[in-house]
Amino acid sequence: MHNPPRGLSLSDPRVRAWLFQILTIIFVVGLGWYLFHNTQTNLQHRGITSGFDFLERSAGFGIAQHLIPYTESDSYARVFVIGLLNTLLVTFIGIVLATLLGFIIGVARLSPNWMINKLATVYVETFRNIPPLLQILFWYFAVFLTLPGPRGSININDTFFISNRGLNMPGASAAEGFWPFAVAVLLAIAAVVFMVRWANRRFEATGEPFHKFWAALGLLLVIPGLSVLLFGNPLSWELPELKGFNFAGGWVLIPELLALTLALTIYTAAFIAEIVRSGIRSVSHGQTEAARSLGLREGPTLRKVIIPQAMRVIIPPLTSQYLNLAKNSSLAAGIGYPEMVSLFAGTVLNQTGQAIEVIAITMSVYLAISISISLLMNWYNKRIALIER
Amino acid sequence: MSTHVFKPDMPPPVKTVGVVAWLRANLFSSWLNTLLTLFALYLVWLIVPPLLQWSIFDANWVGTTRADCTKEGACWVFIQQRFGQFMYGYYPTELRWRVDLTVWLAVIGAAPLFISRFPRKAVYGLCFLVAYPIIAYTLLHGGHFGMTTVPTSQWGGLMLTLVIATVGIVGALPLGILLALGRRSKMPAVKVVCVTFIEFWRGVPLITVLFMSSVMLPLFLPEGMSFDKLLRAMIGVILFQSAYIAEVVRGGLQAIPKGQYEAAAAMGLGYWRAMGLVILPQALKLVIPGIVNTFIALFKDTSLVIIIGLFDLLNSVKQAAADPKWLGMATEGYVFAALVFWIFCFGMSRYSMHLERKLDTGHKR
Repeated sequence: MHNPPRGLSLSDPRVRAWLFQILTIIFVVGLGWYLFHNTQTNLQHRGITSGFDFLERSAGFGIAQHLIPYTESDSYARVFVIGLLNTLLVTFIGIVLATLLGFIIGVARLSPNWMINKLATVYVETFRNIPPLLQILFWYFAVFLTLPGPRGSININDTFFISNRGLNMPGASAAEGFWPFAVAVLLAIAAVVFMVRWANRRFEATGEPFHKFWAALGLLLVIPGLSVLLFGNPLSWELPELKGFNFAGGWVLIPELLALTLALTIYTAAFIAEIVRSGIRSVSHGQTEAARSLGLREGPTLRKVIIPQAMRVIIPPLTSQYLNLAKNSSLAAGIGYPEMVSLFAGTVLNQTGQAIEVIAITMSVYLAISISISLLMNWYNKRIALIER
Repeated sequence: MSTHVFKPDMPPPVKTVGVVAWLRANLFSSWLNTLLTLFALYLVWLIVPPLLQWSIFDANWVGTTRADCTKEGACWVFIQQRFGQFMYGYYPTELRWRVDLTVWLAVIGAAPLFISRFPRKAVYGLCFLVAYPIIAYTLLHGGHFGMTTVPTSQWGGLMLTLVIATVGIVGALPLGILLALGRRSKMPAVKVVCVTFIEFWRGVPLITVLFMSSVMLPLFLPEGMSFDKLLRAMIGVILFQSAYIAEVVRGGLQAIPKGQYEAAAAMGLGYWRAMGLVILPQALKLVIPGIVNTFIALFKDTSLVIIIGLFDLLNSVKQAAADPKWLGMATEGYVFAALVFWIFCFGMSRYSMHLERKLDTGHKR
């Protein structure tokens, strides 16, 4: 077959495809230019100079929680870093706690025990059907802010105090044994890695099993323990004390942080539970039977047969839940926890009026977080994916 | 000669029938299970009685002011007194019948769509989708046929939540379908544009989108042109939601076997007719549950408009709880709002599950 030579005709699908694409590009570029042009004119009329110079200027307002030192005279750039760190903090704590809680609830939903099963179902159905922002506001306004003040705080063993100022707890600072301890922990981890490699190689070669878990636990306890005995305590603890109307000393988790992490954990855990449940159920019962007929006991069946297969189903939707949690951390704007959106897109935007720059920076931060989490999880997913021979 | 008379069967052992057997199998099958059951019972005992005590037995049901709430439990009087605000926001009281009428029209108009045997459902549905928004807008906003104009700044409460969610989904559906088609297109330029658009909106939180639509949209528009706040929020919601719809629809498009595309091409159908007559009807049917789930997510997300100062259900509750006359009523307010959201979301998720079962017309072998 040969294509008869012909001129450019609209009935040729290739010509139409080209034409359509050119039109699309013209439309997109034109729209972009139109918006850009409008923005330029509007900015000129309002007397706003665009650019990122404002980041150098001094911020001049206080921030309730900063993980790095901060004073009011510091620059907006430092405010941005503080907001970013606070967002990452909430995301990290939220992911860890929600994963733990979600796996427990997910397994509970599969439990043969009727009570446990129903309780888990009620949990999931209740919390995933209530908007996360509402849950955050509830924990903040209806729970944490209605707690008694520091003087009437809930006292747990004179070390933890829960009041409407947040959770006060002992603060740690490095003592003389800190560096030896850190080295010892690193040594212990290295030892565990070597031990696991050695045990695996021996298992592959001879089939002799080795108690990897107990050996690892022993290594992790003994080496740092020796360091404590030889060089003294790595950390010194400072208890919070009631002075006047507030606590002094120790560390404090502000109520905004507590409300946010609690609400996000509870909300996301409900979704993770469903993912875990469907993941485990996707492994057919034949796998369990096959494992049992090979003589594996209940524990190894679960660890070596069921969970590795379930993880393949669980990982992709779990990733998108992590992404959701990272994005939902922006709901902190509703209660004023100083993270990216409320601090940077809220306060800084209002003070400087640099709407475009601020929103662009904020959005790119979230895009960057989203992309890194999905890259990380994709890498993990690829590692555990089924390699068919 | 006598025939042997069988003895009647012995009843099964008590342990294996009835309540006892059920209890043994489901609650006390091993010592671990027994422990778990006891733990669960303890949890229930910890949570349920105080909750009932607070919300029902010790609650205050009648009265008009805060002073009437004398008992320990919840003060539902607050909800009763502010019910109108929670449902309609600042919509003028004497005009609220218009909102009610809009809701009734939606219920009556949409009812045939849920009756399986209704003839020409697609045509009817399309007409309804086109006509209803116009009627609803005319009724809610007024300004024609001698109806007083109610500016959108007075809209609020559950009504606003529903308006944003409905407009969001109705606007996002066509855009999302186009984006999904674009993403699967063989034309690289179109594909790149669609993928970028989708991934951008999926990568940022809705809050930043709402921020953007409230502070940046005015900058994007030519001078002198301005939108009202609600419309700006809606544009943000539609753009954001269309990316999610696009991904759902793409899932459906991928599930259609290649033979269908080839068959459509073999029939001599062009791209649009092949999509419109062969592929999309099948793909959309597959993803209806997914779309309902997206709608549930959107419905929950509408609560974020609080950030840009619109008075949806959640913000109305927040405002009312901050009223000095009703201080300390935050818990009741939020519990009420949570209940309303829960009823809607739970109802829709059940409906979505029902659809999934119904639409599963057995392509399985």
